[in-house]
Amino acid sequence: MSDHHDHDEPLPDTVLRVKALESLLVEKGLVDSAALDVLIDTYETKVGPRNGARVVARAWVDDGYRQRLLEDATAAIAEFGFKGRQSEHMVVVENTPERHNMVVCTLCSCYPWAVLGLPPVWYKSAPYRARAVIEPRGVLAEFGVQLDEDVEIRVWDSTAEIRYLVLPQRPAGTEGMDEDALAALVTRDSMIGVGLPKAPGDG
Amino acid sequence: MNGAHDLGGMHGLGPINPEVNEPVFHAEWERRCFAITVAAGFLGEWNIDMSRYARERMHPTDYLRTSYYEHWLHGLQTLLVERGLLSEEEIAARMRVLGEAGNE
Repeated sequence: MSDHHDHDEPLPDTVLRVKALESLLVEKGLVDSAALDVLIDTYETKVGPRNGARVVARAWVDDGYRQRLLEDATAAIAEFGFKGRQSEHMVVVENTPERHNMVVCTLCSCYPWAVLGLPPVWYKSAPYRARAVIEPRGVLAEFGVQLDEDVEIRVWDSTAEIRYLVLPQRPAGTEGMDEDALAALVTRDSMIGVGLPKAPGDG
Repeated sequence: MNGAHDLGGMHGLGPINPEVNEPVFHAEWERRCFAITVAAGFLGEWNIDMSRYARERMHPTDYLRTSYYEHWLHGLQTLLVERGLLSEEEIAARMRVLGEAGNE
């Protein structure tokens, strides 16, 4: 069992309340039971950070694509067919040797669903939302990321409208790797900015 | 409006504790809560800002001790009742019926 404190048991009535709302909504024809199963399957098995990894890998190998991505991320991401809910207005922020970007949503949990799927519990948790903007280096250290003191950290606070994706730096030693192999190095956390891509040869 | 949701910079909340190999959902009620919230959004009765505001109006102590999908659940019920699609009474009655059925 996890000792995580953000998905402790729900309030006693929560499970019952979800069942009650679902049964009333279906009974009144306000939602379609089959559509509920499709939504769950889509976000549990189809849409996830592999989408974002393909975008990042393309930007690493194709400088024209990288330029389009930085200029109009929504359109460049849509070239893959990734668009829609919670990703209508995308901005991509590029890491460089001098600057590291990380993303938070202090007010709720805004997140680019089309490229990363649904957010992990920690992203939605009060500690991350509170601390990312006031002590980003301490937060990065908790994720095992140590940056040189002279690297500037920029923290982007998402809004209901604008969702950010970090374009991490291409790892050293990846010259000659193709797009699919590169995509396998791109982690979810590296696209939120609390991690770095895997090095070639890492599991 | 500020409130418990306005968390940026708050001290004292402890470590982040990211979970390794975290599943998309942690319980069946989370799956159902996610799906009914998104599906009800398609009714067009409210927009994303109204959804957020409905969650932000949770009492601050409730907001801070409950999880993300409990915020969603609170917001969804608030919007359904405010838009006249469901009533508090019928929700409470359905919960009683389902609770009694579950205890048999």
